[in-house]
Amino acid sequence: MNAEPNLRTPLYSEHSALQARIAPFGGWDMPIQYTGIIEEHVHTRTAASLFDTCHMGEFRVCGTAAAQALDRLITCPIASLAPGRCRYGFLLNETGGVLDDLITYRISEDEFMIVVNAGTLPGDRAWIAAHLPAGVTFDDESDETGKLDLQGPLAGEVLQPLTAGDLRTLKYFGFMQTTVCGVPALVSRTGYTGEYGFEVYLPVEQTLMLWRALLDDPRVKPAGLGARDTLRLEIGLPLYGHELCATRTPAGAGMSFAIDLKKDFIGQPAVAADAQTGPREQLVGLQLTSRQSARAAQTIVCGDKKIGVVTSGSFAPSVGTAVALGYVPKEHVQVGTALQIDTGRARLDARVVPLPFYTNGTARTGPRS
Amino acid sequence: MNVPDGLLFTKEHEWVRLAGATAVMGISDHAQTALGDITYVDLPGVGKTVAQGGGVAVVESVKAASDVYAPVSGTVRAVNAALGDHPEIINQDPYGKGWLCELENVAPDAAGGLMTAAQYRSYLETL
Repeated sequence: MNAEPNLRTPLYSEHSALQARIAPFGGWDMPIQYTGIIEEHVHTRTAASLFDTCHMGEFRVCGTAAAQALDRLITCPIASLAPGRCRYGFLLNETGGVLDDLITYRISEDEFMIVVNAGTLPGDRAWIAAHLPAGVTFDDESDETGKLDLQGPLAGEVLQPLTAGDLRTLKYFGFMQTTVCGVPALVSRTGYTGEYGFEVYLPVEQTLMLWRALLDDPRVKPAGLGARDTLRLEIGLPLYGHELCATRTPAGAGMSFAIDLKKDFIGQPAVAADAQTGPREQLVGLQLTSRQSARAAQTIVCGDKKIGVVTSGSFAPSVGTAVALGYVPKEHVQVGTALQIDTGRARLDARVVPLPFYTNGTARTGPRS
Repeated sequence: MNVPDGLLFTKEHEWVRLAGATAVMGISDHAQTALGDITYVDLPGVGKTVAQGGGVAVVESVKAASDVYAPVSGTVRAVNAALGDHPEIINQDPYGKGWLCELENVAPDAAGGLMTAAQYRSYLETL
Protein backbone atom coordinates (compact mmCIF):
# COMPACT_ATOMS: atom_id res chain seq x y z
CA MET A 1 0.00 0.00 0.00
CA ASN A 2 2.38 2.63 1.26
CA ALA A 3 6.12 2.07 0.93
CA GLU A 4 6.90 5.06 3.12
CA PRO A 5 7.46 4.27 6.80
CA ASN A 6 4.73 5.50 9.11
CA LEU A 7 5.19 8.88 10.75
CA ARG A 8 5.71 9.25 14.48
CA THR A 9 4.51 12.05 16.74
CA PRO A 10 6.94 13.80 19.14
CA LEU A 11 5.43 11.59 21.87
CA TYR A 12 6.24 8.23 20.29
CA SER A 13 8.97 7.38 22.80
CA GLU A 14 6.62 8.37 25.65
CA HIS A 15 4.03 5.93 24.35
CA SER A 16 6.65 3.21 24.05
CA ALA A 17 7.87 3.85 27.60
CA LEU A 18 4.26 3.55 28.79
CA GLN A 19 4.13 0.20 26.96
CA ALA A 20 1.32 1.38 24.74
CA ARG A 21 0.12 -0.91 21.99
CA ILE A 22 1.08 0.88 18.77
CA ALA A 23 -0.68 0.43 15.41
CA PRO A 24 -0.80 2.30 12.11
CA PHE A 25 -3.52 4.92 11.71
CA GLY A 26 -3.75 7.41 8.85
CA GLY A 27 -0.08 6.97 7.97
CA TRP A 28 1.11 7.30 11.58
CA ASP A 29 2.22 4.85 14.25
CA MET A 30 -0.23 5.73 17.01
CA PRO A 31 -0.99 4.44 20.51
CA ILE A 32 -4.13 2.29 20.48
CA GLN A 33 -4.20 1.55 24.20
CA TYR A 34 -2.05 1.90 27.30
CA THR A 35 -3.70 -0.07 30.12
CA GLY A 36 -6.88 -1.19 28.32
CA ILE A 37 -9.52 0.36 26.10
CA ILE A 38 -12.41 0.00 28.55
CA GLU A 39 -10.45 1.40 31.49
CA GLU A 40 -9.33 4.38 29.38
CA HIS A 41 -12.88 4.87 28.10
CA VAL A 42 -14.35 4.90 31.61
CA HIS A 43 -11.60 7.21 32.88
CA THR A 44 -12.49 9.71 30.15
CA ARG A 45 -16.16 9.66 31.14
CA THR A 46 -15.39 10.08 34.85
CA ALA A 47 -12.09 11.98 35.23
CA ALA A 48 -9.76 13.29 32.51
CA SER A 49 -7.81 11.56 29.74
CA LEU A 50 -4.95 12.85 27.63
CA PHE A 51 -4.87 11.96 23.94
CA ASP A 52 -1.95 12.46 21.56
CA THR A 53 -3.61 13.93 18.46
CA CYS A 54 -0.46 15.34 16.85
CA HIS A 55 -1.21 13.25 13.76
CA MET A 56 -4.02 15.61 12.77
CA GLY A 57 -3.38 18.39 10.27
CA GLU A 58 -3.57 22.16 10.70
CA PHE A 59 -3.85 24.58 7.78
CA ARG A 60 -3.78 28.37 7.96
CA VAL A 61 -5.75 30.36 5.42
CA CYS A 62 -5.40 34.16 5.37
CA GLY A 63 -6.57 37.11 3.32
CA THR A 64 -9.37 39.60 3.01
CA ALA A 65 -11.19 37.17 0.70
CA ALA A 66 -10.42 34.10 2.87
CA ALA A 67 -13.89 33.81 4.44
CA GLN A 68 -15.58 34.07 1.07
CA ALA A 69 -13.20 31.49 -0.42
CA LEU A 70 -13.71 29.03 2.43
CA ASP A 71 -17.49 29.43 2.19
CA ARG A 72 -17.14 28.01 -1.34
CA LEU A 73 -15.17 24.99 -0.06
CA ILE A 74 -16.70 24.08 3.30
CA THR A 75 -20.34 23.16 3.95
CA CYS A 76 -20.86 25.09 7.19
CA PRO A 77 -21.29 28.88 7.26
CA ILE A 78 -17.91 30.63 7.46
CA ALA A 79 -18.73 34.31 6.90
CA SER A 80 -21.00 34.36 9.97
CA LEU A 81 -18.43 32.62 12.15
CA ALA A 82 -17.24 35.02 14.88
CA PRO A 83 -13.54 35.34 15.72
CA GLY A 84 -12.90 33.07 18.71
CA ARG A 85 -15.40 30.47 17.50
CA CYS A 86 -14.97 27.29 15.45
CA ARG A 87 -17.38 25.16 13.43
CA TYR A 88 -17.62 21.59 12.21
CA GLY A 89 -18.17 21.08 8.47
CA PHE A 90 -17.39 19.00 5.42
CA LEU A 91 -15.09 19.36 2.43
CA LEU A 92 -16.87 17.94 -0.61
CA ASN A 93 -15.96 16.98 -4.15
CA GLU A 94 -18.00 18.13 -7.18
CA THR A 95 -20.46 15.24 -6.81
CA GLY A 96 -21.07 15.97 -3.14
CA GLY A 97 -18.90 13.11 -1.84
CA VAL A 98 -17.09 13.83 1.42
CA LEU A 99 -13.34 14.46 1.08
CA ASP A 100 -13.02 15.11 4.82
CA ASP A 101 -14.78 16.36 7.90
CA LEU A 102 -12.97 19.25 9.53
CA ILE A 103 -13.18 22.10 12.01
CA THR A 104 -12.63 25.70 10.93
CA TYR A 105 -11.38 28.18 13.55
CA ARG A 106 -11.80 31.90 12.90
CA ILE A 107 -8.65 33.41 14.38
CA SER A 108 -9.47 36.94 13.21
CA GLU A 109 -11.56 38.58 10.52
CA ASP A 110 -9.09 37.51 7.81
CA GLU A 111 -7.34 34.50 9.37
CA PHE A 112 -8.54 30.91 9.73
CA MET A 113 -7.13 27.62 11.02
CA ILE A 114 -8.55 24.42 9.56
CA VAL A 115 -8.05 21.14 11.41
CA VAL A 116 -8.23 17.99 9.30
CA ASN A 117 -7.83 14.23 9.64
CA ALA A 118 -4.39 12.65 9.27
CA GLY A 119 -5.23 10.15 6.54
CA THR A 120 -6.90 12.76 4.34
CA LEU A 121 -4.37 15.54 4.93
CA PRO A 122 -2.45 15.35 1.63
CA GLY A 123 -5.64 15.27 -0.43
CA ASP A 124 -7.21 18.09 1.59
CA ARG A 125 -4.10 20.23 1.18
CA ALA A 126 -4.05 19.79 -2.58
CA TRP A 127 -7.80 20.36 -2.91
CA ILE A 128 -7.98 23.47 -0.74
CA ALA A 129 -4.81 25.05 -2.14
CA ALA A 130 -6.02 24.47 -5.70
CA HIS A 131 -9.37 26.12 -5.03
CA LEU A 132 -8.23 29.28 -3.27
CA PRO A 133 -8.19 32.51 -5.33
CA ALA A 134 -5.13 34.71 -5.73
CA GLY A 135 -4.62 36.88 -2.67
CA VAL A 136 -5.68 34.19 -0.21
CA THR A 137 -2.65 32.48 1.31
CA PHE A 138 -2.49 28.83 2.35
CA ASP A 139 0.03 27.27 4.75
CA ASP A 140 0.20 23.69 5.94
CA GLU A 141 1.41 24.10 9.54
CA SER A 142 0.90 20.47 10.50
CA ASP A 143 4.60 19.73 10.99
CA GLU A 144 5.11 22.72 13.28
CA THR A 145 1.94 22.21 15.30
CA GLY A 146 1.50 19.86 18.25
CA LYS A 147 -1.97 18.91 19.46
CA LEU A 148 -3.12 17.35 22.72
CA ASP A 149 -6.73 16.62 23.70
CA LEU A 150 -7.63 16.70 27.38
CA GLN A 151 -11.10 15.23 27.74
CA GLY A 152 -13.31 14.43 30.69
CA PRO A 153 -15.33 16.15 33.41
CA LEU A 154 -12.14 17.08 35.34
CA ALA A 155 -10.37 18.54 32.27
CA GLY A 156 -11.02 22.15 33.33
CA GLU A 157 -9.80 21.65 36.88
CA VAL A 158 -6.62 20.11 35.52
CA LEU A 159 -5.89 22.56 32.70
CA GLN A 160 -6.90 25.85 34.38
CA PRO A 161 -3.96 26.14 36.81
CA LEU A 162 -1.56 25.78 33.86
CA THR A 163 -3.42 28.26 31.65
CA ALA A 164 -3.24 32.07 31.68
CA GLY A 165 -6.72 32.61 30.24
CA ASP A 166 -9.96 31.86 32.09
CA LEU A 167 -11.20 28.59 30.61
CA ARG A 168 -14.62 29.06 32.19
CA THR A 169 -15.29 31.83 29.67
CA LEU A 170 -15.07 29.31 26.82
CA LYS A 171 -18.41 28.15 25.51
CA TYR A 172 -18.74 24.90 23.55
CA PHE A 173 -16.86 25.37 20.23
CA GLY A 174 -15.24 28.55 21.51
CA PHE A 175 -11.47 29.00 21.68
CA MET A 176 -8.83 31.35 23.01
CA GLN A 177 -5.21 32.11 22.27
CA THR A 178 -3.43 32.09 25.57
CA THR A 179 -0.43 30.48 27.24
CA VAL A 180 -0.31 27.00 28.77
CA CYS A 181 2.73 26.30 30.96
CA GLY A 182 4.03 29.65 29.72
CA VAL A 183 3.92 28.56 26.08
CA PRO A 184 1.67 30.22 23.50
CA ALA A 185 -1.24 27.91 22.74
CA LEU A 186 -4.67 27.86 21.18
CA VAL A 187 -7.18 26.16 23.45
CA SER A 188 -10.63 25.21 22.17
CA ARG A 189 -13.55 23.71 24.06
CA THR A 190 -14.01 20.89 21.59
CA GLY A 191 -13.33 17.20 21.37
CA TYR A 192 -14.31 13.80 20.05
CA THR A 193 -15.43 12.04 23.21
CA GLY A 194 -18.73 13.61 24.25
CA GLU A 195 -17.14 14.89 27.45
CA TYR A 196 -16.21 18.37 28.65
CA GLY A 197 -12.70 19.07 27.51
CA PHE A 198 -10.22 20.92 25.42
CA GLU A 199 -8.06 20.57 22.36
CA VAL A 200 -4.73 22.34 22.80
CA TYR A 201 -2.61 23.44 19.82
CA LEU A 202 0.95 24.50 20.53
CA PRO A 203 4.42 24.61 18.94
CA VAL A 204 5.39 21.02 18.17
CA GLU A 205 8.63 21.25 20.17
CA GLN A 206 6.61 22.05 23.32
CA THR A 207 4.30 19.05 23.01
CA LEU A 208 6.44 16.74 25.13
CA MET A 209 6.66 19.34 27.90
CA LEU A 210 2.88 19.77 28.06
CA TRP A 211 2.21 16.02 27.78
CA ARG A 212 4.42 15.41 30.82
CA ALA A 213 3.00 18.37 32.75
CA LEU A 214 -0.56 17.12 32.26
CA LEU A 215 0.31 13.53 33.14
CA ASP A 216 1.97 14.80 36.33
CA ASP A 217 -1.55 15.41 37.56
CA PRO A 218 -2.71 12.17 39.20
CA ARG A 219 -6.25 12.72 37.89
CA VAL A 220 -5.02 12.47 34.28
CA LYS A 221 -4.29 9.21 32.46
CA PRO A 222 -3.26 8.69 28.85
CA ALA A 223 -5.86 7.24 26.50
CA GLY A 224 -5.32 5.78 23.04
CA LEU A 225 -7.17 5.67 19.76
CA GLY A 226 -9.08 2.56 20.87
CA ALA A 227 -10.91 4.46 23.61
CA ARG A 228 -11.21 7.50 21.33
CA ASP A 229 -13.14 5.27 18.91
CA THR A 230 -15.52 3.74 21.46
CA LEU A 231 -16.10 7.19 23.03
CA ARG A 232 -17.00 8.81 19.70
CA LEU A 233 -19.15 5.84 18.67
CA GLU A 234 -21.22 6.08 21.87
CA ILE A 235 -22.07 9.68 21.10
CA GLY A 236 -22.76 8.94 17.43
CA LEU A 237 -19.95 11.03 15.94
CA PRO A 238 -18.82 9.95 12.47
CA LEU A 239 -15.31 8.75 11.65
CA TYR A 240 -13.99 9.56 8.19
CA GLY A 241 -13.57 6.38 6.15
CA HIS A 242 -16.42 4.74 8.06
CA GLU A 243 -19.55 6.91 8.22
CA LEU A 244 -18.18 9.45 5.74
CA CYS A 245 -16.62 8.71 2.37
CA ALA A 246 -16.05 10.22 -1.07
CA THR A 247 -18.87 8.24 -2.70
CA ARG A 248 -21.69 9.41 -0.41
CA THR A 249 -23.00 12.92 0.18
CA PRO A 250 -23.19 13.95 3.84
CA ALA A 251 -26.95 14.49 3.52
CA GLY A 252 -27.72 11.02 4.87
CA ALA A 253 -25.31 11.24 7.80
CA GLY A 254 -27.71 13.17 10.02
CA MET A 255 -25.37 16.16 10.23
CA SER A 256 -27.57 18.80 8.63
CA PHE A 257 -26.41 21.33 11.25
CA ALA A 258 -23.01 21.29 9.51
CA ILE A 259 -24.42 21.96 6.04
CA ASP A 260 -25.75 25.35 4.94
CA LEU A 261 -27.67 24.50 1.77
CA LYS A 262 -28.53 28.16 1.17
CA LYS A 263 -24.96 29.00 0.24
CA ASP A 264 -23.04 28.06 -2.89
CA PHE A 265 -20.30 25.52 -2.14
CA ILE A 266 -18.62 22.81 -4.19
CA GLY A 267 -20.92 19.78 -4.09
CA GLN A 268 -23.95 21.87 -3.01
CA PRO A 269 -26.23 20.86 -5.93
CA ALA A 270 -25.69 17.15 -5.22
CA VAL A 271 -26.28 17.53 -1.50
CA ALA A 272 -29.34 19.73 -2.08
CA ALA A 273 -30.82 17.18 -4.49
CA ASP A 274 -30.14 14.40 -1.97
CA ALA A 275 -31.64 16.39 0.89
CA GLN A 276 -34.73 17.43 -1.06
CA THR A 277 -35.81 13.89 -1.87
CA GLY A 278 -34.61 12.55 1.49
CA PRO A 279 -31.35 10.62 1.07
CA ARG A 280 -32.09 7.12 -0.18
CA GLU A 281 -29.82 5.69 2.50
CA GLN A 282 -29.47 7.25 5.92
CA LEU A 283 -27.20 6.69 8.89
CA VAL A 284 -28.93 5.14 11.89
CA GLY A 285 -27.95 4.14 15.39
CA LEU A 286 -28.45 0.45 16.09
CA GLN A 287 -28.63 -0.93 19.59
CA LEU A 288 -27.91 -4.63 19.88
CA THR A 289 -29.43 -6.91 22.49
CA SER A 290 -26.21 -8.16 24.06
CA ARG A 291 -22.52 -7.45 24.24
CA GLN A 292 -21.98 -9.42 21.01
CA SER A 293 -20.84 -6.83 18.50
CA ALA A 294 -21.48 -5.98 14.90
CA ARG A 295 -18.42 -4.78 13.01
CA ALA A 296 -17.79 -2.40 10.12
CA ALA A 297 -18.67 -3.81 6.67
CA GLN A 298 -21.12 -6.41 7.98
CA THR A 299 -24.52 -6.59 6.32
CA ILE A 300 -27.72 -5.21 7.80
CA VAL A 301 -30.70 -7.42 6.94
CA CYS A 302 -34.46 -7.14 7.21
CA GLY A 303 -36.03 -10.58 7.00
CA ASP A 304 -34.11 -12.27 4.18
CA LYS A 305 -33.28 -9.04 2.40
CA LYS A 306 -29.88 -7.38 2.57
CA ILE A 307 -30.69 -3.73 3.09
CA GLY A 308 -27.63 -1.97 4.42
CA VAL A 309 -24.12 -1.95 5.80
CA VAL A 310 -22.56 -1.43 9.23
CA THR A 311 -20.02 1.42 9.24
CA SER A 312 -18.84 1.12 12.88
CA GLY A 313 -19.64 -1.30 15.67
CA SER A 314 -18.32 -2.25 19.07
CA PHE A 315 -19.22 -3.05 22.62
CA ALA A 316 -20.13 0.30 24.18
CA PRO A 317 -18.72 0.40 27.71
CA SER A 318 -20.93 3.24 28.99
CA VAL A 319 -24.08 1.78 27.41
CA GLY A 320 -23.56 -1.83 28.47
CA THR A 321 -24.46 -3.45 25.16
CA ALA A 322 -22.97 -3.48 21.71
CA VAL A 323 -23.97 -0.58 19.44
CA ALA A 324 -23.42 0.12 15.76
CA LEU A 325 -23.81 2.81 13.14
CA GLY A 326 -24.87 1.90 9.64
CA TYR A 327 -26.63 3.03 6.49
CA VAL A 328 -30.11 1.68 5.70
CA PRO A 329 -32.76 2.72 3.15
CA LYS A 330 -34.97 5.55 4.36
CA GLU A 331 -38.01 3.31 4.87
CA HIS A 332 -36.11 1.54 7.69
CA VAL A 333 -34.83 4.53 9.65
CA GLN A 334 -37.72 5.00 12.08
CA VAL A 335 -36.77 4.64 15.75
CA GLY A 336 -37.88 1.25 17.01
CA THR A 337 -37.47 -0.54 13.66
CA ALA A 338 -36.25 -4.11 14.24
CA LEU A 339 -33.37 -5.17 12.00
CA GLN A 340 -30.68 -7.83 12.06
CA ILE A 341 -26.97 -7.78 11.40
CA ASP A 342 -25.35 -10.72 9.63
CA THR A 343 -21.88 -11.12 11.14
CA GLY A 344 -21.01 -14.14 9.01
CA ARG A 345 -21.14 -16.24 12.18
CA ALA A 346 -24.55 -15.25 13.47
CA ARG A 347 -27.49 -12.94 13.01
CA LEU A 348 -27.70 -10.34 15.74
CA ASP A 349 -30.97 -8.61 16.60
CA ALA A 350 -30.78 -4.83 16.53
CA ARG A 351 -33.19 -1.95 16.94
CA VAL A 352 -32.98 1.54 15.49
CA VAL A 353 -32.48 4.00 18.37
CA PRO A 354 -31.98 7.76 18.53
CA LEU A 355 -28.43 9.11 18.61
CA PRO A 356 -26.42 9.59 20.70
CA PHE A 357 -26.38 6.15 22.32
CA TYR A 358 -24.83 7.69 25.42
CA THR A 359 -26.72 10.76 26.63
CA ASN A 360 -24.90 11.67 29.85
CA GLY A 361 -21.87 13.33 28.24
CA THR A 362 -20.60 16.60 29.70
CA ALA A 363 -19.33 18.13 26.43
CA ARG A 364 -22.03 20.78 26.14
CA THR A 365 -23.13 21.23 29.74
CA GLY A 366 -19.71 21.28 31.36
CA PRO A 367 -18.90 19.13 34.36
CA ARG A 368 -21.74 18.17 36.68
CA SER A 369 -21.19 19.96 39.96
CA MET B 1 3.82 -14.13 30.22
CA ASN B 2 2.22 -16.71 32.50
CA VAL B 3 2.48 -20.32 31.19
CA PRO B 4 1.61 -22.74 34.01
CA ASP B 5 3.14 -26.20 34.06
CA GLY B 6 0.77 -29.14 33.76
CA LEU B 7 -1.33 -27.64 30.97
CA LEU B 8 -1.04 -28.42 27.27
CA PHE B 9 -1.16 -25.72 24.60
CA THR B 10 -1.96 -25.21 20.92
CA LYS B 11 -0.27 -22.94 18.41
CA GLU B 12 -3.53 -20.95 18.36
CA HIS B 13 -3.03 -20.21 22.09
CA GLU B 14 -5.67 -22.43 23.64
CA TRP B 15 -4.82 -24.38 26.81
CA VAL B 16 -6.25 -27.70 27.97
CA ARG B 17 -6.04 -29.57 31.27
CA LEU B 18 -6.51 -33.29 30.63
CA ALA B 19 -7.91 -35.62 33.30
CA GLY B 20 -8.63 -39.03 31.85
CA ALA B 21 -11.53 -38.75 29.43
CA THR B 22 -12.41 -35.19 30.48
CA ALA B 23 -10.68 -31.91 29.77
CA VAL B 24 -11.06 -28.26 30.72
CA MET B 25 -9.99 -25.66 28.18
CA GLY B 26 -9.52 -21.93 27.78
CA ILE B 27 -7.28 -19.35 26.11
CA SER B 28 -3.75 -18.57 27.22
CA ASP B 29 -2.43 -15.50 28.97
CA HIS B 30 -0.73 -14.57 25.70
CA ALA B 31 -4.07 -14.78 23.88
CA GLN B 32 -5.98 -12.63 26.37
CA THR B 33 -3.19 -10.05 26.35
CA ALA B 34 -3.16 -9.91 22.57
CA LEU B 35 -6.96 -9.57 22.38
CA GLY B 36 -7.17 -6.85 25.01
CA ASP B 37 -10.40 -6.23 26.92
CA ILE B 38 -12.72 -9.15 26.23
CA THR B 39 -16.30 -7.97 25.85
CA TYR B 40 -18.26 -11.07 24.83
CA VAL B 41 -17.86 -14.84 24.66
CA ASP B 42 -19.97 -17.08 22.45
CA LEU B 43 -19.91 -20.50 24.13
CA PRO B 44 -21.04 -23.81 22.60
CA GLY B 45 -24.17 -25.67 23.69
CA VAL B 46 -23.76 -28.46 26.22
CA GLY B 47 -23.79 -31.80 24.35
CA LYS B 48 -22.16 -30.39 21.23
CA THR B 49 -19.51 -32.63 19.71
CA VAL B 50 -16.31 -30.85 18.75
CA ALA B 51 -13.39 -32.08 16.69
CA GLN B 52 -9.77 -31.25 17.50
CA GLY B 53 -8.94 -28.02 15.67
CA GLY B 54 -12.59 -27.18 15.03
CA GLY B 55 -14.26 -24.00 16.25
CA VAL B 56 -15.66 -24.30 19.76
CA ALA B 57 -16.18 -20.69 20.90
CA VAL B 58 -15.81 -17.10 19.79
CA VAL B 59 -14.12 -14.51 21.97
CA GLU B 60 -14.75 -10.86 21.18
CA SER B 61 -12.65 -7.92 22.25
CA VAL B 62 -13.42 -4.24 21.74
CA LYS B 63 -11.72 -4.42 18.36
CA ALA B 64 -12.45 -7.85 16.87
CA ALA B 65 -13.96 -11.32 17.15
CA SER B 66 -11.64 -14.36 17.27
CA ASP B 67 -12.38 -18.06 16.91
CA VAL B 68 -11.33 -20.43 19.65
CA TYR B 69 -10.50 -23.96 18.47
CA ALA B 70 -10.91 -27.19 20.39
CA PRO B 71 -7.47 -28.45 21.52
CA VAL B 72 -8.89 -31.99 21.69
CA SER B 73 -11.94 -33.78 20.33
CA GLY B 74 -14.83 -34.44 22.68
CA THR B 75 -18.33 -33.55 23.79
CA VAL B 76 -19.12 -30.33 25.63
CA ARG B 77 -20.07 -31.28 29.19
CA ALA B 78 -20.21 -27.81 30.76
CA VAL B 79 -19.54 -24.17 29.87
CA ASN B 80 -18.47 -21.29 32.08
CA ALA B 81 -21.76 -19.39 32.45
CA ALA B 82 -20.10 -16.69 34.58
CA LEU B 83 -18.49 -15.31 31.41
CA GLY B 84 -21.90 -14.20 30.11
CA ASP B 85 -22.05 -11.11 32.30
CA HIS B 86 -18.35 -10.91 33.12
CA PRO B 87 -16.22 -11.84 30.11
CA GLU B 88 -13.41 -9.76 31.63
CA ILE B 89 -12.76 -12.73 33.96
CA ILE B 90 -10.78 -14.21 31.05
CA ASN B 91 -8.46 -11.19 31.14
CA GLN B 92 -8.10 -11.45 34.90
CA ASP B 93 -7.63 -15.19 35.30
CA PRO B 94 -7.27 -16.98 31.94
CA TYR B 95 -6.18 -20.34 33.44
CA GLY B 96 -8.55 -20.37 36.41
CA LYS B 97 -11.92 -18.63 36.66
CA GLY B 98 -11.65 -17.71 32.99
CA TRP B 99 -12.00 -21.28 31.71
CA LEU B 100 -14.29 -21.65 28.68
CA CYS B 101 -15.65 -25.17 28.65
CA GLU B 102 -15.29 -28.72 29.90
CA LEU B 103 -15.21 -31.60 27.46
CA GLU B 104 -15.95 -35.29 27.99
CA ASN B 105 -15.43 -38.37 25.81
CA VAL B 106 -11.90 -37.18 25.17
CA ALA B 107 -9.79 -39.80 23.36
CA PRO B 108 -6.90 -41.39 25.35
CA ASP B 109 -4.34 -40.21 22.79
CA ALA B 110 -5.69 -36.64 22.84
CA ALA B 111 -2.41 -35.05 23.90
CA GLY B 112 -0.76 -35.84 20.57
CA GLY B 113 0.21 -32.71 18.68
CA LEU B 114 -0.14 -30.43 21.71
CA MET B 115 2.71 -28.53 23.34
CA THR B 116 3.85 -28.85 26.93
CA ALA B 117 4.26 -25.65 28.95
CA ALA B 118 8.01 -25.67 28.25
CA GLN B 119 7.43 -26.14 24.52
CA TYR B 120 4.79 -23.39 24.49
CA ARG B 121 7.16 -20.99 26.27
CA SER B 122 9.74 -21.64 23.54
CA TYR B 123 7.06 -21.23 20.88
CA LEU B 124 6.03 -17.84 22.29
CA GLU B 125 9.62 -16.67 22.02
CA THR B 126 9.57 -17.35 18.29
CA LEU B 127 6.56 -15.07 17.72
